[in-house]
Amino acid sequence: MIKKFDKKDEESGSGSNPFQHLEKSAVLQEARIFNETPINPRRCLHILTKIIYLLNQGEHFGTTEATEAFFAMTRLFQSNDQTLRRMCYLTIKEMANISEDVIIVTSSLTKDMTGKEDVYRGPAIRALCRITDTTMLQAIERYMKQAIVDKVPSVSSSALVSSLHMVKMSYDVVKRWVNEAQEAASSDNIMVQYHALGLLYHLRKNDRLAVSKMLNKFTKSGLKSPFAYCMLIRIASRLLEETEGGHDSPLFDFIESCLRNKHEMVVYEAASAIVHMPNCTARELAPAVSVLQLFCSSPKAALRYAAVRTLNKVAMKHPSAVTACNLDLENLITDSNRSIATLAITTLLKTGSESSVDRLMKQISSFVSEISDEFKVVVVQAISALCQKYPRKHSVMMNFLSNMLRDDGGFEYKRAIVDCIISIIEENPDSKETGLAHLCEFIEDCEHTVLATKILHLLGKEGPRTPCPSKYIRFIFNRVVLESEAVRAAAVSALAKFGAQNDDLLPSVLVLMQRCMMDSDDEVRDRATFYMNVLQQKQKALNAAYIFNGLTVSVPGLEKSLHQYTLEPSEKPFDMKTVPLATTPITEQKTEIAPVATSKLPEKLTPSRQDIYQEQLAAIPEFQGLGPLFKSSEPVQLTEAETEYVVRCIKHTFAGHMVFQFDCTNTLNDQLLQKVLVQMEPSEAYEVVQYIPAANLPYSQPGSCYSLVRLPEDDPTAVSCTFSCTMKYLVRDCDPNTGEPDDDGYDDEYVLEDLEVTVADHIQKVLKPNFGAAWDEVGDDFEKEETFALSSVRTLDEAVGNIISFLGMQPCERSDKVPENKNSHVLFLAGVFRGGHDLLVRSRLALADGVTMQVTVRSQEETAVDVILASVG
Amino acid sequence: MDSVALEPSLYTVKAVFILDNDGNRLVSKYYDTELYSSMKEQKNFEKKVFNKTYKADNEIAFLEGLTIVYKSSIDVFFYVVGSAQENELMLMAVLNCLFESLSQILRKNVEKRCLLDNMDGVFLVVDEIIDGGVILESDPQQVIQKVNYRNASEQAYGFVLFDYITGNMDEGPLSEQTVAQVLQSAKEQIKWSIMK
Repeated sequence: MIKKFDKKDEESGSGSNPFQHLEKSAVLQEARIFNETPINPRRCLHILTKIIYLLNQGEHFGTTEATEAFFAMTRLFQSNDQTLRRMCYLTIKEMANISEDVIIVTSSLTKDMTGKEDVYRGPAIRALCRITDTTMLQAIERYMKQAIVDKVPSVSSSALVSSLHMVKMSYDVVKRWVNEAQEAASSDNIMVQYHALGLLYHLRKNDRLAVSKMLNKFTKSGLKSPFAYCMLIRIASRLLEETEGGHDSPLFDFIESCLRNKHEMVVYEAASAIVHMPNCTARELAPAVSVLQLFCSSPKAALRYAAVRTLNKVAMKHPSAVTACNLDLENLITDSNRSIATLAITTLLKTGSESSVDRLMKQISSFVSEISDEFKVVVVQAISALCQKYPRKHSVMMNFLSNMLRDDGGFEYKRAIVDCIISIIEENPDSKETGLAHLCEFIEDCEHTVLATKILHLLGKEGPRTPCPSKYIRFIFNRVVLESEAVRAAAVSALAKFGAQNDDLLPSVLVLMQRCMMDSDDEVRDRATFYMNVLQQKQKALNAAYIFNGLTVSVPGLEKSLHQYTLEPSEKPFDMKTVPLATTPITEQKTEIAPVATSKLPEKLTPSRQDIYQEQLAAIPEFQGLGPLFKSSEPVQLTEAETEYVVRCIKHTFAGHMVFQFDCTNTLNDQLLQKVLVQMEPSEAYEVVQYIPAANLPYSQPGSCYSLVRLPEDDPTAVSCTFSCTMKYLVRDCDPNTGEPDDDGYDDEYVLEDLEVTVADHIQKVLKPNFGAAWDEVGDDFEKEETFALSSVRTLDEAVGNIISFLGMQPCERSDKVPENKNSHVLFLAGVFRGGHDLLVRSRLALADGVTMQVTVRSQEETAVDVILASVG
Repeated sequence: MDSVALEPSLYTVKAVFILDNDGNRLVSKYYDTELYSSMKEQKNFEKKVFNKTYKADNEIAFLEGLTIVYKSSIDVFFYVVGSAQENELMLMAVLNCLFESLSQILRKNVEKRCLLDNMDGVFLVVDEIIDGGVILESDPQQVIQKVNYRNASEQAYGFVLFDYITGNMDEGPLSEQTVAQVLQSAKEQIKWSIMK
């Protein structure tokens, strides 16, 4: 075989890669021949290639050596060899950031870009713009404008694309070239059209009207370039989204018309745009779905992939719209591209019937090891959704998941599986034991601390209540022996729960605890010692309070209170009741739609909403004697959405008072409101103590005023009350443009909607993970029971929903979910009543011609019990 | 793959790279400065992509939240990378254009040795197809025309052969070109039959 360079380049003699053993220093040495006269184009070309190759391989060039080589290279502009010149442009671009004084070549490049040789002009423009800064750009502005409208397409394209790159740096200069770009947009060349459109949009994207006009023009005139069409579709769908335009808008018609374009690229872009539109109806989706269906049988893998991926997305929201494609999707199950097969199967899992589940699961398990983690997560998510839809299939799923758990995979993948198994366990009591067994097996060999602690926590919660709790002890204790500190600590906590709940296991657990007290880690030792002592007391109430149902206070609140306590030492012991309660995190069902980039930011501990309010209210001197904030309600709107003044109220409950925070916004730009307060007329024995007005309320800047109300002391059961509210203020008219107010103003008032205070405002939600233990802990000292008939309610679900929202308490033990086809149900609710007393409600419901409800309430204090029964009745 | 719609922009291509059959980089360009900014990350990514794709010629893959379209020929692999939301067919258009253009420049000998011998042409082709992530040209004929490389390449081969015979490394007479060309195509044919 002939080796092209082997005579002059000794280093390339061996191996098949002539560039394999390139030494940077040797190449730079060779670069000296750039200075020889006459120039030998071929050798110079080869050396330039080597330099670019080295840069491409990630070789680091020092500034001095790069500058030296760069300056030597500039001599090569004397040669007229085309390829050599082109390689010079490339070198300039590659070295623009490494070498110094690259602007030295400006004049040579300007000469080339305006010269006669068309081959040079485009590349010269692009190289020039790489080394140009804002000030120099103005010097070449004239040439750029000419180049944009040049009749040679490559010149025009190069100028347009370079301008686009320059926008980031010199927006103001490039903005002046809009007219030229406009002219270029009507060029016959498809790429010039595309680039011009891209630049025009980029310059105008903040001006919605201009974008709209531009769209109008291009959608009418019609473009030739499929790329430009794709761009137009994206602009149109963006504009539709921003203006919240209905689907009868001409923009939507345009996108739909693109479904009939002759280029597949455009058709796909249009279909994808329609699918991604929010609140699209099934009818509007239909044409998009049918073109995607056609693509499913395309010979091109990329097109099949694109189609099935988009259909998968449709299936999330509109499974019925995709059912028509089921047959085509079936054909893709055996596609040699596993990504396509996976997407097809997961789509089918969403749209297919229960009977096809087994078959599909079998299919997918045959190649699950071949697909990438991203797609494995998609599979797990599909399974998770399926379990909710067909609970009866859980044994198939569980089997499949446990196999997946055994395979290799990254953290995200494993976490998805574990989450899925946990949710199956919670949904289906039948699957609990198998699920726990799989998870136990998993933690035996699990490198992810987060997952191990999560599973241990679950084992502690669920394990003791299974028929055979002793079998989990071994798995848990193994962790204590083998794992890192965090896992050991979690294992100790889990063990304690077994000891507390199962008397026959207690002696063994105590022995194991003893062993844990010798641990090398502080946290593990502390926990073991603590649990050891609690367990030895053998008191149910202690177990319930310290082992099953942990702290209910907010951690930042506790930290602050303790800090405060250490600052002002007092005789009294620290009272936990003064610490604000944690607002129970709403367990949101995460439905991440598809694989996303796996890099996640570490989660930050943000203070809860209530902690923020606590802080804000504490800053107001009038509210200092009120004690800790007990509960803050969700905002209640007191005005219609589009009125002159927008007012919403947040109810803050304290031990003996309530503070109403009115967030007011003035939407009139010709008024300045002053001394704004909301006057309240209570219907019950509530007493308004003080108003704290907002001093100024300028246009569109929200401000808050407060009302302080004392709760009636003589009648503690009077918890609900209606306030009629009127906003009072001083109006000063002002100039809408300058905001300068007139000197005098006049008093005015504005009637707001009534504000209700309900029983829910006096109760804070608290989650008791083990309701039974908490129930026993509180005891029956103040237990009351009563039976009610809810005649207006027709189903158990509805009754449960009503009770929860009325009392504002936390449902425990997942009792807010009523199993299907049952005529009776027990709802467990937990909360803390104002003043810090635990409050538990057990409500038995029976369905027969309306719902009959037997409510049993327990608390440490009688008032709370009475309040509940009085308010329910 | 999340449902956030794509900001309308000309910046379509995030990266282009050509690897050999051991997954080593031959040419590679990253256009998005936020994506794998260090050389180590880039090579790591290339390795991952290679391991996932070299076994099966599947045309398209999804890795690390990026859509990757690819194609292989004998012992070289071509990759074009775009964001998860990107129109896959646009990326395919780029890949096809890259492949076709190189195929013409290398006169259908799309294999590592030949590619390396014409590295300058490869760099120029990539530069003509994508500029800073923007698709500059998608028609292989146009690319060939703009790069205007074929003549140079033919001459180079001719010269090399001639130089080989005469032992003279400087410019040779143009009349020898035709002879050289015949020899060259014969050589190619032999090579192909060995490869098969």
